[in-house]
Amino acid sequence: MRRARLAAGIFLLLVAAASLLAPLLAPAPYARQFREDTNASCSRQHPLGTDGLGRDRLSRLLYGTRVSLVLAPAAALLATLLAGVAGGTAGLAGGWIESSVMAAADLFLSVPWLFLLITVRALLPLNVSPLASVAITFALLGCLGWAGTARIAGAEARALRTSDMILQARASGCSAVRLLRKHIGPNLADTLLTQFWLSIPVFILSEANLGLLGLGVAEPLPSWGSLLRELGSLSSLGAEPVRFVPLALLVLTVSSFQFVLHREDARL
Amino acid sequence: MTRRSVITALLTLSLTLYPARSQTGNQLRFCIGASPRTFDPLLVTDEPSETVRYLTGGVLVRLNRQSQQLEPGVAVSWKVSPDSRSIRFVLRENLLFSDGTPFSSEDVAFTLNRLNDASLHSPVADAFRAGDGKIVPRVESKNTISIAFPAAIVGLDKLFDQLPMLSAHSPHKEMAVLGPYYVADNKPGAYVLLERNPNYWKRDSKGHPLPYIDSLRLDVEQNRDLEMMRMLRGDIDLINSLDPEQYEHLKTRAPAKAVDAGAGFDTEQIWFNQVPSAPIPAYKKLWFTSTAFRRAVSLAIDRADLARVVYHGDARPATGPIPQANRKWFNSTLRPLSFNPPGALDKLRQDGFALRNGVLNDKDGHPVEFSVVTNSGNKAREEMATMIQQDLLAIGIRLNIVTLDFPSLIERISRTFDYEACLLGMVNDDLDPNAQMNIWVSSADNHQWNPNQKTPATPWEAEIDRLMRLQASTSDFNKRKQAVDRLQQIVQEQEPFIYLVNKEALAAVSPRLRNLAAVPLRPQLYWNVEWLWLAPQAEARR
Amino acid sequence: MQVEEAMRSAVRHAIRMLLLLVLGSLLGAALVRMAPGFGVHEEDLDSRLSRESHAALDQKPAEDASLIRFYIHYCGRLLRGDLGTSTSLHEPVRQLLAERIPETTKTLAIGMALAWTLGLGAAFASLLSRWHWIQWSTSFICSLILSIPTAVLAIFFFLAQAPVRIAVGLVVLPSVYSFARGLLNRTSGLPHVLAARARGVGELGILIRHVGRVAAPQLLALCGVSVCTALAACVPIEALCDSPGIGQLAWQAALSRDLPLLVTLTLIVTLVTLCANLAAEAVGGAAFREVRR
Repeated sequence: MRRARLAAGIFLLLVAAASLLAPLLAPAPYARQFREDTNASCSRQHPLGTDGLGRDRLSRLLYGTRVSLVLAPAAALLATLLAGVAGGTAGLAGGWIESSVMAAADLFLSVPWLFLLITVRALLPLNVSPLASVAITFALLGCLGWAGTARIAGAEARALRTSDMILQARASGCSAVRLLRKHIGPNLADTLLTQFWLSIPVFILSEANLGLLGLGVAEPLPSWGSLLRELGSLSSLGAEPVRFVPLALLVLTVSSFQFVLHREDARL
Repeated sequence: MTRRSVITALLTLSLTLYPARSQTGNQLRFCIGASPRTFDPLLVTDEPSETVRYLTGGVLVRLNRQSQQLEPGVAVSWKVSPDSRSIRFVLRENLLFSDGTPFSSEDVAFTLNRLNDASLHSPVADAFRAGDGKIVPRVESKNTISIAFPAAIVGLDKLFDQLPMLSAHSPHKEMAVLGPYYVADNKPGAYVLLERNPNYWKRDSKGHPLPYIDSLRLDVEQNRDLEMMRMLRGDIDLINSLDPEQYEHLKTRAPAKAVDAGAGFDTEQIWFNQVPSAPIPAYKKLWFTSTAFRRAVSLAIDRADLARVVYHGDARPATGPIPQANRKWFNSTLRPLSFNPPGALDKLRQDGFALRNGVLNDKDGHPVEFSVVTNSGNKAREEMATMIQQDLLAIGIRLNIVTLDFPSLIERISRTFDYEACLLGMVNDDLDPNAQMNIWVSSADNHQWNPNQKTPATPWEAEIDRLMRLQASTSDFNKRKQAVDRLQQIVQEQEPFIYLVNKEALAAVSPRLRNLAAVPLRPQLYWNVEWLWLAPQAEARR
Repeated sequence: MQVEEAMRSAVRHAIRMLLLLVLGSLLGAALVRMAPGFGVHEEDLDSRLSRESHAALDQKPAEDASLIRFYIHYCGRLLRGDLGTSTSLHEPVRQLLAERIPETTKTLAIGMALAWTLGLGAAFASLLSRWHWIQWSTSFICSLILSIPTAVLAIFFFLAQAPVRIAVGLVVLPSVYSFARGLLNRTSGLPHVLAARARGVGELGILIRHVGRVAAPQLLALCGVSVCTALAACVPIEALCDSPGIGQLAWQAALSRDLPLLVTLTLIVTLVTLCANLAAEAVGGAAFREVRR
């Protein structure tokens, strides 16, 4: 397991390094259109071929990694932290605080937030930069994605509330914040870490779908989500395998996050 | 050619045109994007309802989509008065609605009187209500009727192609029809089933009753990819309109099913927001209202590349509001819009713009940057916008692409006017330029770049107003053509719409379907539905 | 005493639920009403329509004049069993839901059963087995499922002519497996489990009687949340796979800003969410008290 974790960590570092070195590694600018060479197969000039507008796939993958690999984990971290604070506080406090937080979580799970996202797009200036637009998108996803995990974390914290450990800590004068930070938090770590790595691919794909509402990454800036959206059409059937490289990269990255964040198993 | 070979050829031809008795029947299946909102032909505003209306409606005259000539429908003859304010029809005798109710001129009068209802709001109703005052139908006999209109209507007879006759007496109201099919079953969200009308008046030359196909099943399918997969699997028999990517995919997987019906009449265009009260910076309004700026942007766009890359060659660069395929009305003296980035920069320099370090600035030093909105989910438009983005970057203009869901887009371009440029298409079902009155007249709602003007904002818009009213006031084709030619010239000079491409009409058809004649005018494939028939599987062409 | 306490608790829960239903549907209505594109029609771009027709189409009924007015009318109709008429489909909302709820219910039930059977089973298997490859492969499969866009999933399912319900189950599976495995793994390290092992209790027995029971409240909370996840997954999957459930209806209603339909659907989703989480809390609480005893 340690070797797997090491390999996963090295993979993540390589991916991060490749994205940082994109200006050096990319065969062409990501927006440049080789219009005589659209949907081209792999070649020396275009190692992963070109897309429907003749843009080099490898370049777009490298630059897209910068957007997705930074912003998606950041949004996932935000959702995780919010879930941890909300769920932990609710479970620890109990009573009306727990009821209120769980009620808010239930509302967050039920209400059609799609319209909030549409409204946010309406409030943003039309000429907002692609990077700003995608950052706002991921921030919104992070703010909206906490509810489900908060419920699970709340249930765990509730179970811990009457545990001997917590009772002893309270008896020795621990403040609520310290209880949350030092005792509840570490015990929720597994749940929260799971939430973290689960959120990354969900947010990457959601960002692509939010392009339908004018949010997300605007052309010509690439992202993994926009590259994966290409697969969602009939022409992807029977397409060259190289078109699935973004999917493979996302799967490997998410798996790597899993392995890196994995805690040792208890022996049964 | 010997007599024997001629007879053989004629026999073969007759076998092809007319199905054997045993080959009539079957069910034709295709998809519609949503459930029809209404079966009342006078209330139709959406495409699925129009489809059902076409397949079930019995009209007085029918436009042959292939020859583009009017043909008798349930009227055997008609005559339009010289002032285009009245029309007289002689109806076929002894016709029955699908439920057996007799048809007569009373039903025509009933239908026309319904159009007088001011609360009726639909394209067909508005087309007939050209002026103030009521439509006055006068029943002369059981089979003759004359109809007087309060104002002259250009192309009066052609309007009746869109107006199915309703029964004045049938208890089934609008469900009693005169067309080849009637609505037998409707499951909202799932399908509409049309069965052959047992009382349909038309017969083939051998006296066989039409239609040949017993029933039509219209499945509700919103997902275009699933529709295509069903076509490939043989679950459906036709797709009326394909996007370029789907067409390319079909050509590789099942070339026998891919049909190019020829140059279409729809256009794709960009326009700039010229509404004076629009919530955009004043300096940008100056850009957008400058003819030189618009022409420069137009010159910087490589339309040939758009047609080749986005549409895989199944489109051609546009020239103006009337596509070349509309041979009757197209101004053939117009030169194609050229691709000339240096020419674009010259025009911009004349207007005070300057290129500095690869960025174009106006005379006040503002870098030229604006956004273009378009509807999301239309891959061709998104790709065109991305290509135009690169074209404009070459002359120092930064274009931001914003894709919006359709309701948000409509709100921006027709209510709040909170947009800078818009990329959309126009569907041209009617070849007569009069149908575009509400686009070109400056006081109209759909004068997209600056609607509802109290007085024309520019001399050229005032001239366009005059030309449109002129062509609507006369039935003299030459005078009308002259006016429309001049309109096209002005539009090319001023470019309120920057026309991009005219798409080919692409479709998919099962090889089993016979008597098919794909045309660019809607409905492209089943415009002659009563003559279509399905060959057995074994005889399907490969 | 206990019965009185139970009744008071039931009344409290009922009031809470009612308040949340009202709040949820009002919030949903507010979001739809305030969002751009509300009240516009595609007919606004139809140049065949006259100015008068455009103006007539833009006219709202009196009850739609404001959000509060709409909501009051809506609640009044709701009490009479009338859910209004869909503005996009022009059918009574009640009829539309009656046709589609059974389909979505089946989809949810089968999808959840699949997700929990496979997810919990895989979690148990990876804990019981000494082979790391079971954990690695299951984790990899979960990563793969999470990374596939729904549109791609829909195409594959259509090609394979597989039921859409499996797609919903697959969407929920990764979170069920990952959370369940983590919960069971943590509980496996508790002192009472070590004691049971020392007494010679078998691995499966430990997992079911000692680990599973203690982790039950959290697993039930996860169950409640996964119902919401599955319901949310129904929307794009039913829309893309063209399955005639309420998910497809919700997507269409969202694109058309169909307020009566969207408010009713929000009400239904809120109700399902509340019921699922309430049931999870109730059963989980009972299980927790049982374990503590």
